[in-house]
Amino acid sequence: MQLEQMYQEIILDHYRSPHGAGLRDPFDAESFQINPTCGDEITLRVRLDEGKVAEISHETLGCSISQASASVLTDLVVGRSVEESMRVLTAFQEMAQGRGQVEPDEDVLGDGVAFAGVARYPARVKCALLGWMAFKDAVVRVSGDVPGTAGGTSDGKDAT
Amino acid sequence: MTAVDTPAAASALDVAAVRADFPILSRTVRDGKALVYLDSGATSQRPRQVLDAEREFLEQHNAAVHRGAHQLAEEATDAYESARARIAAFVGADPASLVFTKNATEGINLVAYAMSNAATAGPDAARFTLGPGDEIVVTELEHHANLVPWQELCRRTGATLRWFEVSPDGRLDLDSDPITERTKVVAFAHQSNVLGTVLPVAELVRRARAVGALTVLDACQSVPNRPVSFTGLDVDFAAFSGHKMLGPSGVGVLYGRQDLLAAMPPFLTGGSMIEMVRMEGSTYAPPPQRFEAGVPMTSQAVGLGAAVDYLSAIGMDAVEAHEAALTGRALDALAEVPGVRVVGPTDLVDRGGVVAFVVDGVHAHDVGQVLDDRGVAVRVGHHCAWPLHRRFGVAATVRASVHVYNTPAEIDALVDGVRAAQKFFGVA
Repeated sequence: MQLEQMYQEIILDHYRSPHGAGLRDPFDAESFQINPTCGDEITLRVRLDEGKVAEISHETLGCSISQASASVLTDLVVGRSVEESMRVLTAFQEMAQGRGQVEPDEDVLGDGVAFAGVARYPARVKCALLGWMAFKDAVVRVSGDVPGTAGGTSDGKDAT
Repeated sequence: MTAVDTPAAASALDVAAVRADFPILSRTVRDGKALVYLDSGATSQRPRQVLDAEREFLEQHNAAVHRGAHQLAEEATDAYESARARIAAFVGADPASLVFTKNATEGINLVAYAMSNAATAGPDAARFTLGPGDEIVVTELEHHANLVPWQELCRRTGATLRWFEVSPDGRLDLDSDPITERTKVVAFAHQSNVLGTVLPVAELVRRARAVGALTVLDACQSVPNRPVSFTGLDVDFAAFSGHKMLGPSGVGVLYGRQDLLAAMPPFLTGGSMIEMVRMEGSTYAPPPQRFEAGVPMTSQAVGLGAAVDYLSAIGMDAVEAHEAALTGRALDALAEVPGVRVVGPTDLVDRGGVVAFVVDGVHAHDVGQVLDDRGVAVRVGHHCAWPLHRRFGVAATVRASVHVYNTPAEIDALVDGVRAAQKFFGVA
């Protein structure tokens, strides 16, 4: 019963047919992130166009949560301005790290709200954030800093 | 191929009675599910006897050991040294050859750092010095604790790291032997914490000794689960952790041959480990005190003493037979599940009670999550043996590991859970 709270149908759908899967050219920056506790890996590419996220592509070697999360990330940020995408990222991160206490805003997070259940399992929070940390890192590599956020690391180690 | 029922185990070990000694095993998890604890390879649970010994020590005898002349100090020192003596007997060693450490990781680091300190420690320590041209040999199946310290020692000294490879069936490939006249240290696990493979210690010791290399045994996964004698194995150093053998965390043991410990420079320095201190310099106590700087962990050592008493009362032959029966049951049952592949030997020959596997189409994390939802606790990931996982081309495995308190029904719960995971993720 708890299992279905975590693996909501939306997550399983994204896992079965992930959006943005498969690395594509051209791209402006690439980020490689690992989860040191389990060895999961993601390579994520970003292409920006006039301050907007034009394309994301990724190759994820990981569990259903990390793959579905990278897929949802692709849906949520492609077409948005970099600054808006960072606001979504912050909201997603707050929800994922909220131990189930943070009420997600569906207007901001869309399908991302399905990951609210994951936040109840501390060991899986890093899985949910792996792709997002790769996205943040890639954007930093393009623009030198992250618009709309104050500092913070981009190596994924701030995930939990 | 595998023995599902070992009569010796069934008659020698009363699992129900054993389980009654472990309070944690009667709790429930995840909305009332019975706990099925199959993660003893990471850390084992502790019986009342161990918990009581720690509490009794702290309530009646607690004091800083090896200092002070009051009654509590005497009693605490006696309890600490009595634990050392009983643990030494448990691993076939003299008490003077046993150093208490925080855990096995610290024990291995102690040897590695003593070896770098040897460069400036005078002629007695010359046999421990390493430099460019020297080589350290490990194996591809090592836990990071018996790999990274040697990588670091190589970096500090200019020595080179070499390794034995692992064959596709999860055995050490003895033909990949990199031991040469340049080899100064051969460090290897007694039993792989992922594959369960028991390494051919006698053969590795023979090859190391033939070139005058020191041997360092990571005994974390063997001492808790079968009879082990370090003097019988004839290794130079060995390390294990208390928390994997029904004992407390925060205590481990480094075994060293006495002539080696006597010549080895210290790693950590400070109080307790000295012979004479002047402002201009100091001399050091004989081992094992030389390697136990500062007030040591005491109730933990006492608890570990109680743990070896507990294991000895059951008998390590019975523990080994019990775990072999459970391992055989798991291997046989997993072999019946299509899409499940065991990483490691699939028979019980030279194999201990950890079973790692992958499920086609379902990531180890996801399998673990389904198992957890059913109350079954396993380890998922690379189990601190990342190069080994890379060698088998997998990012992560599910690992079930057993100890004295596990039952055949718990193995069945594991296998049922694996089938449930396949169903949940639509691959079966």
